[in-house]
Amino acid sequence: MPGATLYDKLFDAHVVRKEPDGTALLYVDRHLVHEVTSPQAYEGLRLAGRKPWRTSSIVATADHNTPTKDWDQGIRDPISRTQVATLDENVRATGAKAYFPFRDRRQGIVHVIGPEQGATLPGMTVVCGDSHTSTHGAFAALAFGIGTSEVEHVLATQCLLMKKAKSMLIRVDGRLPAGVTAKDLVLAVIGRIGTAGGTGHAIEFAGSAIRALSMEGRMTVCNMAIEAGARAGMVACDDTTMDYLRGRPFAPTGALWDRAVAHWRTLRSDDGAAFDATHVFDAAAVAPQVTWGTSPEMVTSVAGRVPDPDRERDATRRDGMAKALAYMGLAPNTPITDIRVDKVFIGSCTNSRIEDLRQAAAVARGRRVAGNVKLAMVVPGSGPVKAQAEAEGLDRVFRDAGFEWREPGCSMCLAMNDDRLEPGERCASTSNRNFEGRQGAGGRTHLVSPAMAAAAAVAGHFVDVRRLF
Amino acid sequence: MAPPRPSGPAHPMQPFTVHEGLVAPLDRANVDTDAIIPKQFLKSIKRSGFGPNLFDEWRYLDRGEPGADNARRPLNPDFVLNLPRYKGASVLLARRNFGCGSSREHAPWALADFGFRALIAPSYADIFYNNCFKNGLLPIVLPDSAVDRLFADVAAFPGFRLVIDLPAQTVATTDGSLVVPFEVDPFRKHCLQHGLDDIGLTLQHADVIRAFEAKRLAEQPWLQ
Ligand code: SF4
Repeated sequence: MPGATLYDKLFDAHVVRKEPDGTALLYVDRHLVHEVTSPQAYEGLRLAGRKPWRTSSIVATADHNTPTKDWDQGIRDPISRTQVATLDENVRATGAKAYFPFRDRRQGIVHVIGPEQGATLPGMTVVCGDSHTSTHGAFAALAFGIGTSEVEHVLATQCLLMKKAKSMLIRVDGRLPAGVTAKDLVLAVIGRIGTAGGTGHAIEFAGSAIRALSMEGRMTVCNMAIEAGARAGMVACDDTTMDYLRGRPFAPTGALWDRAVAHWRTLRSDDGAAFDATHVFDAAAVAPQVTWGTSPEMVTSVAGRVPDPDRERDATRRDGMAKALAYMGLAPNTPITDIRVDKVFIGSCTNSRIEDLRQAAAVARGRRVAGNVKLAMVVPGSGPVKAQAEAEGLDRVFRDAGFEWREPGCSMCLAMNDDRLEPGERCASTSNRNFEGRQGAGGRTHLVSPAMAAAAAVAGHFVDVRRLF
Repeated sequence: MAPPRPSGPAHPMQPFTVHEGLVAPLDRANVDTDAIIPKQFLKSIKRSGFGPNLFDEWRYLDRGEPGADNARRPLNPDFVLNLPRYKGASVLLARRNFGCGSSREHAPWALADFGFRALIAPSYADIFYNNCFKNGLLPIVLPDSAVDRLFADVAAFPGFRLVIDLPAQTVATTDGSLVVPFEVDPFRKHCLQHGLDDIGLTLQHADVIRAFEAKRLAEQPWLQ
């Protein structure tokens, strides 16, 4: 008998029952809720005369629509305001373990606050009507995004119907060079395996380079598992995991903590566990990454050039590259460092935690945002991240350099609020998606690490951040 | 916890058995959910009305806003769904990794609201694929070679239609000259074919769930 993978252990521990064809009824421990994908689910529940099954599983916040400045003026867009008010109303009417509404001190991006509050724990199934729920897999949890019908299904039954996915191991050996971050690593992985490379799989990230990452770095990696096509990404439990969780508001304490830790220590793949697919990477070979196209797989190192579609043999790919370059307003063979940016966005559930802000601030310190950059903004992932950064004086560093320091939320990651690109504007962004129109209709997004975004802000174009140290 | 009600679902799903419809081709890979329905339309708290904003940024020449009168907006004459020959299409032919990106169910809502009943592509993103079944929309996976052939046929024959037979699991031309089988999960097929509300189905097992939950929370009380 080969050993079990971490995914096997997590999945199997939550199977309530199975259909003859293998479809499992899977129990959900933690249900994260935000305003965009929940209103129709709550409405469906209400219309069917149903109640949430276990409200103590629910942690909710408003993050996608909320403004990042002038909080005293409330939410000006009436449609956004209605959506946020609908969440307020739904949570008030039916209950939750915790709710961090707009302007709450602990409000923030749902994938930042779950771990921050200790609401995400190892061994849990964590779901949310949001594809970046994969983030929480960094805690050896089985975490994945679901659609609104499934949100309703979880509300009503505390379960989901699903089949077990295939397993994929992404092993990263060696050490990341100085100035190269978890974001660069995961972009390089997606560059190699493609945005559909992990489709149908749950990815476990392992190897010495992953072990060496902080929890925040692991969250960045798991966050982007979905950009590799995998609903779930995960990392085994170790001391780094326990150290992060100890003392968090919803983490267990005392004797219960010890019992929990004893169980959490088992949450790793057994030696010799078999995976359906394995990819091996060398961390030492990863350089800072910059995307040049309209899909996260369209990525290269900062030392590289925009590729030439004429040299691509596959017709569908060639066509995709040509469309992407036309949209991005880039000529083939342009050196990445020649690309000038109009805006810089440091934030999102990928890169808005305290370590991200520290890395960006280290680059911004004592420098100025370049004259051609119209707006450089820093949007902390949550109220506590913002408070911590301010306690460390990072807000001053950013402001002195000419960055705007904003209130927490999703912001220009998806531009549902006022923070957006205008048509044709080019942005260095620490978010996770460079799709057409993602940051505003006609906007052009280049995905980078926080340090690389800060470097682009002060240089006015992409630059290898290692040259600024 | 309220006892499960035997009543029907809040949004009954249209059963899917055999569907014949006009085919529209969308010849690009990695069509993401931001392209299918841009974010400004996600502010709606309803499930319906997304059809006019399906593929909004490709379909119109101006920027779409919720509440705008879409009938008065300038159409992009080059976008495939705006071509008269594809008017009334109910089968969308697409390329690999269709529906990648976010979990927004607004994407299948928009496709269904526009009038699509089935999709054909070499592959889909997982969450999107799942969401389709919950909304009476059948996402069919066919091999690249079959998809290539269908793209060629759609281009060659104006008015090209396909017959999709879910019980038989086939896609066929109306004259029967081409019949391609497809795979679908038996449980999903069953639910889609009968328009079943899967919450109702799950609640038939409420006792099993309750027992599982009690044991789990007793063994791992920190999960409370
Ligand atoms: S920050 Fe961006 S990716 Fe993350 S939850 Fe918000 S909108 Fe989604």
